[in-house]
Amino acid sequence: MSAREEILGRVRTALRDVPAVETPADVAVDRPGPRPTTRDDAADVVELFAERVADYKATVVRCTPEDLPTHLASALDGVPRLLVPADLPEDLRPADAILDEQLTTAELDTVDGVLTTAALGIADTGTIVLDHGPGQGRRAATLVPDRHVCVVRADQVVADVASAVARLDPARPLTWISGPSATSDIELDRVEGVHGPRTLIVLLVG
Amino acid sequence: MPVGLLVTCMNDALFPDTGRAVVTLLRRLGVDVDFPAAQTCCGQPMVNTGYLDEAVPLLRRHLEAFAGYEAVVVPSGSCAGSVRHQHRMVAERSGDPGLVRAVEEAPPVYELSEYLVDVLGVVDVGAYFPHRVTYHPTCHSLRMLGVGDRPTRLLEAVRGLRLVELPEATECCGFGGTFAVKNSETSIAMGADKARHVRESGAEVLVAGDNSCLTHIGGLLSRERSGVRVMHLAEVLASTEPVIEQPPREADRRSAGSAALTGGAR
Amino acid sequence: MSATFLGTPAFPTAARTALADTQLRRNLAHATGTIRAKRAAVVGEVDEWERLRLAGAALKDRTLRHLDTYLAQLEESLTRAGATVHWARDAAEANRIVVDVARRHGTDEVVKVKSMATQEIGLNEALEAAGIHAWETDLAELIVQLGDDLPSHILVPAIHRNRSEVREIFLREMGRYGKAAPRDLTDTPAELAAAARAHLREKFLRAKVAVSGANFAVAETGTLAVVESEGNGRMCLTLPEVLVSVVGIEKLVPTWADLDVFLQLLPRSSTGERMNPYTSMWTGVTPGDGPQEVHVVLLDNGRTDVLADEVGRQALRCIRCSACLNVCPVYERTGGHSYGSVYPGPIGAILTPMLRGVGHDTQLDSLPYASSLCGACFEVCPVRIDIPEVLVHLRTKVVDAHRGEPKVQNLAMKAASWAFADARRTAAAERISGAVGKVLRGTKRRAPGGRGVLGALPGPAAAWSDARDVPVPAQESFRAWWARTDGGRTEQQNGNGGAK
Repeated sequence: MSAREEILGRVRTALRDVPAVETPADVAVDRPGPRPTTRDDAADVVELFAERVADYKATVVRCTPEDLPTHLASALDGVPRLLVPADLPEDLRPADAILDEQLTTAELDTVDGVLTTAALGIADTGTIVLDHGPGQGRRAATLVPDRHVCVVRADQVVADVASAVARLDPARPLTWISGPSATSDIELDRVEGVHGPRTLIVLLVG
Repeated sequence: MPVGLLVTCMNDALFPDTGRAVVTLLRRLGVDVDFPAAQTCCGQPMVNTGYLDEAVPLLRRHLEAFAGYEAVVVPSGSCAGSVRHQHRMVAERSGDPGLVRAVEEAPPVYELSEYLVDVLGVVDVGAYFPHRVTYHPTCHSLRMLGVGDRPTRLLEAVRGLRLVELPEATECCGFGGTFAVKNSETSIAMGADKARHVRESGAEVLVAGDNSCLTHIGGLLSRERSGVRVMHLAEVLASTEPVIEQPPREADRRSAGSAALTGGAR
Repeated sequence: MSATFLGTPAFPTAARTALADTQLRRNLAHATGTIRAKRAAVVGEVDEWERLRLAGAALKDRTLRHLDTYLAQLEESLTRAGATVHWARDAAEANRIVVDVARRHGTDEVVKVKSMATQEIGLNEALEAAGIHAWETDLAELIVQLGDDLPSHILVPAIHRNRSEVREIFLREMGRYGKAAPRDLTDTPAELAAAARAHLREKFLRAKVAVSGANFAVAETGTLAVVESEGNGRMCLTLPEVLVSVVGIEKLVPTWADLDVFLQLLPRSSTGERMNPYTSMWTGVTPGDGPQEVHVVLLDNGRTDVLADEVGRQALRCIRCSACLNVCPVYERTGGHSYGSVYPGPIGAILTPMLRGVGHDTQLDSLPYASSLCGACFEVCPVRIDIPEVLVHLRTKVVDAHRGEPKVQNLAMKAASWAFADARRTAAAERISGAVGKVLRGTKRRAPGGRGVLGALPGPAAAWSDARDVPVPAQESFRAWWARTDGGRTEQQNGNGGAK
């Protein structure tokens, strides 16, 4: 018998007490649903997002579309070699940025920072989510460089985790980021900056 | 119809004063309380050690003893928890559907503070106990029964009593039934921390709703010569002002109070 | 690197060593105290926490009660997404699968994301035996691996080490396996983390094969999720060409939408954060992004035995957050190594004996007794595993496996059962204890309040009385008093003092 058949057989034997007529839906689940954002509290949700992202030692810069270029420039200050996804919108792309056209891992290791957009932001948890679609780059691009500058539009911010899950497509690779990389492995004392980018700057537009 | 007192096997043999205090207290509150003499032990020591078969005859005895009572009152959070949460499991183990039914039909069981606050609706039971007291919420009262702040509300209403905070109050004292001997070193390490917190509280008296935990903590406090007394909640609530012939002066009141303490206030 | 839990003595003996180690107890008390406070704060922020816990438990129950359906569905989704699915009945089979994949790619090293499942099956040892180095990349796992030590906590395997011990290990060991630690390394956590970053960087950049576990596997979509903090997980899941994930069959959740409940429950319960820094989710192979060869090993290794236990089954809901360890007063004092398993603490005390079987091993049989049944674990468990209930259930199984053996405990319980089966016998026993009380009534030692107490006693009573005074038995039982005084009605009002 194959391992597959044997394990499935053991599972069925183990579940002899479950009535044959029972379906998964018969096991009732009552869960809190997504908290929809109304027009009235949209500003509060964005404000909460900014607070909570900052709580985890990321830098949050609120900006308008007009002053974004100025803030972008200062966020990228001290990044001599900047990587951007090849499909990053033109208006965000600094002239001297390196386009990520499948750089090797070793090449990625030589850049100092990366600039991307995001798929959405989650206010409750201060999380930005990348689905690695246009403007967000492949996964390695936002991992190897030591600084990640991420542009999030206010209208991309949802209230809670449930709303985020409802909007995301699991067929895409997803990276949820809540602050710069961190560890609590030594005496459960949280320290920011391990393997991922040690600096995370979120430019929150609108 | 009287309420049945489940005194518990431990109180019966080792702490009869706790049982007497419950009787005194409930009578003072106008409750008709009875002690069904056929009772022995709820079976918790067996169940918690894994001896379910051995608990079956005890369950039968318990159900027979308390059949027909309106309610059962027990001065122990862990015995109340055992009756409420473990008896069904014991009955199912016996394979006797009659026993399972008997468990379902048994009268409701209340831990003492639950009975006073929820059933009688009293918080001030007319007690007098002029001492600095701290309260240890025993695990089964706290987490299995969820008695919440009932015991401390009762204590706060006692005249003369000053309730002081116990640091890390909700942490287990380490008694745990046979755990106390099977894993005695761990049990003692936990108890030693509890005893330290009791000393830090500055209380003269440590109060709890379970004499089992108090025997453990009290045994450590006594070995350390800490000078802290342990008392069951029932005994504090049963205490009343001593009847004194002449109106006492302030100094006399104080010494009367400490006499009541050292002499075993009822 | 050869540390092993094999040969760990029964819990009371193993605990003795830990209890005597004052440094260890200080490290543990500090660390668990810190995390308890953090957890309480972020759980307090969520209004519907109880509802979330119930939803988490119900979703896991739904999965477990229909696990065959969901496993088949997961296999289909994964295959459709370009992953290769393997099934492993036990540790040896799972290890063989991973070794084969690594060998096929001609590599002599793999990078690893922290994973309880691969700890459980001893994958690192199996890889070493095949001449393949397994580099642990989680900081705590690295500390354990470099120190030739054993994990003592589910989330923070090096919780028993303090910063100066970590510094010692890094200085001594890093150079033997790669980039050495800077010679002027101090013991500040930030510097220690920076040393780990530098040490592991070259390994991440060159590794061809990575091995991970998964926190969740979504049956509906074939999506796997890994929840982490440091970015070592992202490195392993993204940079190598080949990824092998070893996933316990209990890690499934039915649908993508179900994941949200667990992504809320896990970080708050685990690290005490609203969200952990990084969560990676991937569904098979994504062309041009990340590993282009993806394997998933579905692991049984005793899980179907746990599933077969109707009471114990709930332990398979566990999402490995370790909240139960952090609140456990026994764990806090004895540490993780006393449990002799990669799964320590309250969840380990139920999971380990169920995975390996009860009734044939003294160490395993001691685990269900390694608890005072205080219930703090159940209170914090994000998926509402009633650990005390399962502990008592397993104690019953241990006792049943040894029924009829002439053990002191068996005889004592039988005798107690006999005495308590009839109130007359109970009364007779109480008369004996009352007689002892009368003999000892003149005891000089008194507890505050006047009750006579006994000090250290010989024989079996020593386990109690070595550190705890024993109250002298009452001279008259409550039962006898009630009978003598008609329930106190014939007793003088003020004549009941002095018995204590």
